[in-house]
Amino acid sequence: MLNASERPDLALEARDVTKRFSGAPVLECLSLVVGRGERVALVGESGAGKTTLLKTFNRMVRPDEGILRVEGKDVMSFSEVKLRRSIGYVQQDGGLLPHWTVLRNVALVPWLRHMDDRKGMARDALNLVGLQTAEFGHRYPRELSGGERQRVALARALAARPDIVLLDEPFGALDAITRSELLESVRSLFHEIGVTALMVTHDLRAAVRFADRVAVLRDGKIDQVADPRILCRTPATQYVEELLARAGVEVDV
Amino acid sequence: MTAAVILAVAMQVVPADSMSSQAETATLDARERAIVVASKPFGESFLLAEIFAQLLESRGMEVVRRLGLGATEIAFQGLRAGAIDVYPEYTGTGLVAILNEEPSGTPEEVFRRVATAFRERWGIHWMPPLGFENTYAIAVRRETAERDGLRTLSDLARVAPGYIGGFTPDFIGRGDGLPGLEKAYGLRTMEVRSLLQAVKYQALAGGDVDVIDGYSTDGQIERYDLVVLTDDRGFFPPYEAAPLMSRRLWENRPEAVRALSELAGIIDVETMRSLNRRLEVEGEALEDVARDALRVLGLVEGPAIRTIRGRSTSPTDSFMSYFWARRGETLDLTLRHLWLVMASLTGAIFVAVPFGLLLERARVGAEGAIRAVGLFQTIPSIALLAFMIPLLGIGVIPAVVALFLYSLFPIVRNTYTGIRDADPVAVNSARSLGMTEGQILRYVRLPLAAPVIMAGIRTAGVITVGTATLAAFIGAGGLGDPIVAGLALSDTRMILAGAIPAALLALGVDAVLSLVEWAVTPRGVSV
Repeated sequence: MLNASERPDLALEARDVTKRFSGAPVLECLSLVVGRGERVALVGESGAGKTTLLKTFNRMVRPDEGILRVEGKDVMSFSEVKLRRSIGYVQQDGGLLPHWTVLRNVALVPWLRHMDDRKGMARDALNLVGLQTAEFGHRYPRELSGGERQRVALARALAARPDIVLLDEPFGALDAITRSELLESVRSLFHEIGVTALMVTHDLRAAVRFADRVAVLRDGKIDQVADPRILCRTPATQYVEELLARAGVEVDV
Repeated sequence: MTAAVILAVAMQVVPADSMSSQAETATLDARERAIVVASKPFGESFLLAEIFAQLLESRGMEVVRRLGLGATEIAFQGLRAGAIDVYPEYTGTGLVAILNEEPSGTPEEVFRRVATAFRERWGIHWMPPLGFENTYAIAVRRETAERDGLRTLSDLARVAPGYIGGFTPDFIGRGDGLPGLEKAYGLRTMEVRSLLQAVKYQALAGGDVDVIDGYSTDGQIERYDLVVLTDDRGFFPPYEAAPLMSRRLWENRPEAVRALSELAGIIDVETMRSLNRRLEVEGEALEDVARDALRVLGLVEGPAIRTIRGRSTSPTDSFMSYFWARRGETLDLTLRHLWLVMASLTGAIFVAVPFGLLLERARVGAEGAIRAVGLFQTIPSIALLAFMIPLLGIGVIPAVVALFLYSLFPIVRNTYTGIRDADPVAVNSARSLGMTEGQILRYVRLPLAAPVIMAGIRTAGVITVGTATLAAFIGAGGLGDPIVAGLALSDTRMILAGAIPAALLALGVDAVLSLVEWAVTPRGVSV
């Protein structure tokens, strides 16, 4: 009993979404789809609407117009809390609860969802991101390095084994070397577990290395969505070309 | 609701004699209730009240003392509300400070005016005057009087511009004080310093000021060999001392009315001055001076008493022994003080923390509401206490309510800002991962804000220990009692016997609450 417009093969779907903050449009009649198991990066300058778009999917932002679907279902058909608990979320600076240990932080969503074996799920998730529970589980966030904190945040997003993960500048606050290492391991990890990922970044080079497709946002609209190689070879607009040049991305990928 | 219950439960543990007058009225037959004798916070008022109390006791009546109530306003409001039964007042004060009338008339006229007005308006009775007047006595050093030929206030007007006046704040502001005096005598402005009762005489004797406002009956005038200038134009109204009595006592206890009538007209000004001198200058114990006065006046039998409180030349030494001798009483006062603090602080926590949380939810108008709560902080304590009396009487309850109001602000403020500013990144991620707002409050905001809230409680606790000394002004007891009495009787040791334990208690409360603050700081956040 599917409507003609419903596409169960899509993990995330935004149709003609418009959002205004105090009158000024941040998203303008924007549409974007992410297939199951696909990794898509949202790039653009600050104020382009990347984070706003990301947050419409877990109802942290409510659009003025348009429809958002998660695995074919309108986000409004879920309760807010249930929707959020089913989607992984990583933000810049981790957002770990400072008064909780690493293990308790990672077990957060399994706990919220009343799952069995929360500790076991948390341990598995820590393993996935390359952290040993014995070494890190009992520590507090402030006792970790920046890179370790982001790994823990990632483990927390994955612990309840969601099909979809939203990442908002997950590597934004890290130094170049840590960022590069982490990006590499996250890419292969996501590949391995087949999770759908939508990642916001202002770093075009990271986007190109991470994503199956890159969406370039400018002033609340999408300039181009394409495979990174195609994006690099044939930028659709002057703006995309400028962005590529500024980031110094090699076109010969 | 919860706070009210806690407060009610807490009230149960107070010893019965410390309960408010209302509770007493509720539980005891009005006819059999102990008679509450009060005084204002200066030596002569203490002494007269003690004389009233001992006289009533010697006639077989039970008496509760509430000596040293804050000011005319508090004592009078207490009488009006029926929280106290009798206190010594002066007819001129009744006329000018309570009835707000112009100061004029003979002593008989003034007595008739206040007696009629008080009875008609409030059912309060002026008993017959005791026999002496205690008026303002404008005094100068003897050498000044001789050098400038001063005998009267008119003489003073002649030389005033070159003088420095040292007056109590009360006198500087009152209609029957300096402003009226300047008008009546055409006194041209002299330099005026505002001095407390306790230091006025020393300042005059030491030459820091040239003229002061004394009381005609106080012992210090004689002690410093001062010259009192005659009020040759009759500016000051008559200040005849008399017992001022509540309607309840007047109507229900004829034996008390009879006993106090025995004092009518028998204390002359010389007797009063010498009694004041024994109390304030020679340092005899209040109870002994009063007992001896009643004996000399022929109202009670017994041997003459003369005890010297013994002002030693080594103040430290004598303070230690004085303090040691009173350790039991001091402990009681300290516990009472602590109880006042705990009751008001507990109430404030149970009201202010939820209120702060509510404001954080509402946000709109939060700053305004917090500022409104902060307004309590700006009300002078005496004014707030006086305001409470018509509603709550005197004693423990109004004191706890006042202290409670003073404690609210730091706790509301810290709860609001602590919850509002709790790690916004952590709160955002908790919400994004599907915590409900209730879970965010309970598991994220509250634990992170706990040390901030606790710091507010700590501030409130330390402030309350200090403010609670003022509870003595409305008869709630605590460490303010010896401070108020010591100030009134110019007895430094007595002041210290209240002030030092109060300071130590403040340090102790701060230390305990800082431990709690440390304990509620979550691991992972503490430094």
